[in-house]
Amino acid sequence: MGSLTATVAPPTAPNVILWFRTFKAITGSGFRRYATYRQASVAGVVTNTVFGFLRCYVLLAAVGATGTVAGYDRGQLATFVWVGQGLLAVVLLWGWTELADRIRTGDIASDLLRPVHPVTSHLAADLGRAGHAALVRFLPPVLVGPLFFEVHVPRRWSTLPIFAFSAVVAVVLCFGCRFLVNATAYWLQDVRGPVILWTLASGVLAGLYFPLRFLPEWLQLVLWWGTPFPSLLQTPLDVLVERDPTGDQVGLVGLQVAWAVLILAVCRLVQRRAERRLVVQGG
Amino acid sequence: MADSSGGTLAAYRALLGAQARAQTAYRTSFAIDLVGNVGSTVFDVLTVLVIFGVTRELGGFTLRETMVMVGLSTCAFAVADLLVGNIERLPRYVRTGLFDAVLVRPLGALPQLLLMDLPLRKVSRAVFGLAVLVVAVGSAGVGWTPARALLVVLAPLAGVVFFGSVFVATATVSFWWVDSGELANSVTYGGRDFTSYPVTVFEGWFRAVFAYGLGFAFVSYHPALTLLGRADPLGLPAWVGWAAPAVALVAAAGAAAAWRTGVRHYRSTGS
Repeated sequence: MGSLTATVAPPTAPNVILWFRTFKAITGSGFRRYATYRQASVAGVVTNTVFGFLRCYVLLAAVGATGTVAGYDRGQLATFVWVGQGLLAVVLLWGWTELADRIRTGDIASDLLRPVHPVTSHLAADLGRAGHAALVRFLPPVLVGPLFFEVHVPRRWSTLPIFAFSAVVAVVLCFGCRFLVNATAYWLQDVRGPVILWTLASGVLAGLYFPLRFLPEWLQLVLWWGTPFPSLLQTPLDVLVERDPTGDQVGLVGLQVAWAVLILAVCRLVQRRAERRLVVQGG
Repeated sequence: MADSSGGTLAAYRALLGAQARAQTAYRTSFAIDLVGNVGSTVFDVLTVLVIFGVTRELGGFTLRETMVMVGLSTCAFAVADLLVGNIERLPRYVRTGLFDAVLVRPLGALPQLLLMDLPLRKVSRAVFGLAVLVVAVGSAGVGWTPARALLVVLAPLAGVVFFGSVFVATATVSFWWVDSGELANSVTYGGRDFTSYPVTVFEGWFRAVFAYGLGFAFVSYHPALTLLGRADPLGLPAWVGWAAPAVALVAAAGAAAAWRTGVRHYRSTGS
């Protein structure tokens, strides 16, 4: 039986330029939408900064007299914390239930009539949001940190471009993970359970509360190869503070890219299955 | 007089009962919530353990000593969060106009809001917090005296009042500034993180502001020093460990004043 999904099939001669223009338009509207929440942005920046101080002092206290801990020196830990506080808002670990809300209310039905695949259109909007966050939420903690702590400045010319690429991959990957958590609403209606699990797991396993290098080596291997979590925050931050030689940096980012491709593929698959189910339910 | 206060109590009890029935109606969902809520607190404690996995002491304190502070902090925060924490939804009440409905009823606005949304699922967290405190105090080798036994009960209670006051005081900001939700987090959740570590971990003006400006040093650090019989490395006298109840009362008075000012200042959004 040929599969029928509500998502409109791409035209036989896909117009690539048109596709890019649509993608850009959605990204732009995502950017503008978040630019209107100015009070919330200021409140978020203040909170990220306060937590930057809290986490930085605690981790620096762990360094103690020895000078290094788990392969990080004081400057590297400070950079890890402060850039992490900025990056947290850019990849947006928490607080996105838009898809789940649309599924619950049934608005999703109108999305399926649009000529853009739901994964693509939500990704485009999320990239716009991340772009706004990169300007408004990322920079303040990154600029405040060095005023009060001695930070590590990258020494190799290659580090910054690898970090920038790694951060973009982290945004895409994190969007994919959030999309999957939200998509459970197709089956469960109430996504509170999956959201709680995601919030718990991502905070700890992405490296937000403490660098994952603090954990035993075997556990690190399991986390990096077996879960996408370290690729959300830990990888870009490790790249930036030059925790490893260049070859390992590239390897970590490669693993990150593999996770992003895999998760996005799963997103499309899940969306397809869900649409079939929706059609059945709708009669 | 006695009659009318009895009626008020009955009204509050009815509100609480309705909440309990509504929240436990979907049993699986409630069970997931119970488990999920204990999870976040477990990870907070786990974070301290992981950090002690790579260092032997933090700010001059060992793991056992630090765990007493973690226990006091977790216990106080979890109970306060259960009882008062949902006041952080105030911005939504203000935005949607629900707050108007609360104000026209002949009951106190604050108790109504708290009882209308008492998150029973957070009970698991409070129980876990208490367990951490019991284990921490039990394994820290406290030389028990009647005074210390009293303090180990009094300090968490004072902590509950203190954190509760912080929740209410920071929520009132939303009467002036509707989108301030995350701002409150920096003091409430930030305060919880701050009180989970010895004050000596922090430095300079940041420590001064959080520990003594906002008073978080009295929630766990100073009571823990008194329980452990340790002198304060920062030089404050030993009796400061007993200041927790007084500090909590000052905080409660401040929060009450902020709340009353906020309600008086409140103008409906008209929605």
